[in-house]
Parts: sequence; structure tokens; C-alpha cells
Amino acid sequence: MTSSQGLHFKTVVLIVIMVSIAPLGDVFLGKGMKQIGAMPGWAPSELFRFFFAAFTSSTIWIGIGLLLAFFVAYLVVLSWADYSYVYPASSISTLVVALLARFVLHETVRPLRWAGVAMICLGVFTVGRTQPRTTER
Amino acid sequence: MLTGAILYFLIVVPGTGGEMCMSRAMKTIGEVTDFRPHAIARVIGRAMKIPWFWIGITMMATGFFALLGMLSVAKVSFVFPATAISYLFGTLGGKVFLGERVTPQRWFGVLLVCIGVILVALGKG
Repeated sequence: MTSSQGLHFKTVVLIVIMVSIAPLGDVFLGKGMKQIGAMPGWAPSELFRFFFAAFTSSTIWIGIGLLLAFFVAYLVVLSWADYSYVYPASSISTLVVALLARFVLHETVRPLRWAGVAMICLGVFTVGRTQPRTTER
Repeated sequence: MLTGAILYFLIVVPGTGGEMCMSRAMKTIGEVTDFRPHAIARVIGRAMKIPWFWIGITMMATGFFALLGMLSVAKVSFVFPATAISYLFGTLGGKVFLGERVTPQRWFGVLLVCIGVILVALGKG
């Protein structure tokens, strides 16, 4: 494996880890926030009650834990790869989110939304074929 | 509606800007080659001594709280795809702020992602 291939390989591995963990964290956050209900308004007392309810929910803490793991993987990959590579490439998570929303949260996902997700996948494939690192230290 | 628009702005702009600051902090440290947990913990520790890291954390936290608010008023399968327009913003930032070479192919890929984002938003209808 050349160093360029090696760089590509470890970038892809970390992005796969990221997009597997983050949507799961998002689903837990989504489920937790739905349990709390809609944000009542912008008054300080209302905001305080809202965030207090959020931070005492175990579902939300599971979501936060998963997102922290995602964050560490994100930092590690950014230590070598371009932000303009990693960020668009990680949008493949919209596919995972749509699948989780459909099959775990049982939300209705319309065909047009699936078409959008397919377009995003195509975009990620295109970005994924560029060099992960274009800046030299 | 206004609440949604404010939250949307807070998710996209400080959210993306914060990640660019993080990227700058991590580039200062250099390529991680040791993936053992204690080595990664040491890298994170070093990152925390770089001001860009804390500027990034502050901006990302703003974006995160806005995301929590948005999730309470909209469906999860809509919120994340709809905020993905920030990919265009982020790529531009990578070029301007981080000096990355964004090739036409990469721009094309990002454009496809953005079209996908619009379709997803329309799909919510």
C-alpha cells in the first residue's frame, strides 16, 4: 500500500466509524427531545426548564455519549485530512439517519426525500475520489 | 417560523465555523499515527492547549444547543438533511480559512450533496 492509499484507507475507516456512531446518537437525542416536548419559548425561565429537562434525561445522555465518541473520531481524522473532504464525506450519515428514522423511529420518509439521500450519496462518492489531504505541513 | 429560522442560522454558521477552528487546531498538532486509547487521549490533551480548540468548542456548543431546540420542533429525518446546506458553507471555509485546495471534482461532489439537501427539504413538503 502506498502512503497515498494508506492515507485514503485510514480516512475512509474513520469516516465509516463517524457516520455509524453519529446518527445513532442523533436518534437518541431526537427520541429524548420528543419525550420532553416542544421548546415553550425564549423566556429565561422557560429556557432553563427546557434545558434542565433535557440534561436529566438518560436517553439524551446516551445520545451525548455517542456524539462524544463521534467527536473524538472527527478530531483524529482532521489531524491529517482536509475539512473540505471530511465534512462533505460525512454527509453520508443522512442515509443512515433516513434508514434509522424509517425503521427505528417509524417516521414516514417520502420518495423525494429518498431521492435526495441518493443524490447526497453520489456527491459523497465524488468527493471521496479526491485527495483527502491537499495541504502540506 | 422565526424560531426555526434563528435555530437554523445558529446550527449552520457557528456550527460550521467551530468545526473549521477544530480543524485548524488539529492541523497544528499534526497527523495522528498512534491509535491506542492513551495516545489518542494525549492528542486530545494537546489539542486542548490550543486556543483554536476552545474557540471551536464555544461555536460548536452554540450550534449544538440550537440543534437540541430544533429537534424538539421537527422530525429527526428532516432536521439533519435540511441543515446539510452548511456543507457548501464549510467547503468554502475550508478553502478560504484553512487554505485547502478544493478541486472542481470536490466542488461538484459538494454541489451534488447540496442538491440532495434541497430534494430532502422538498420531500418534507
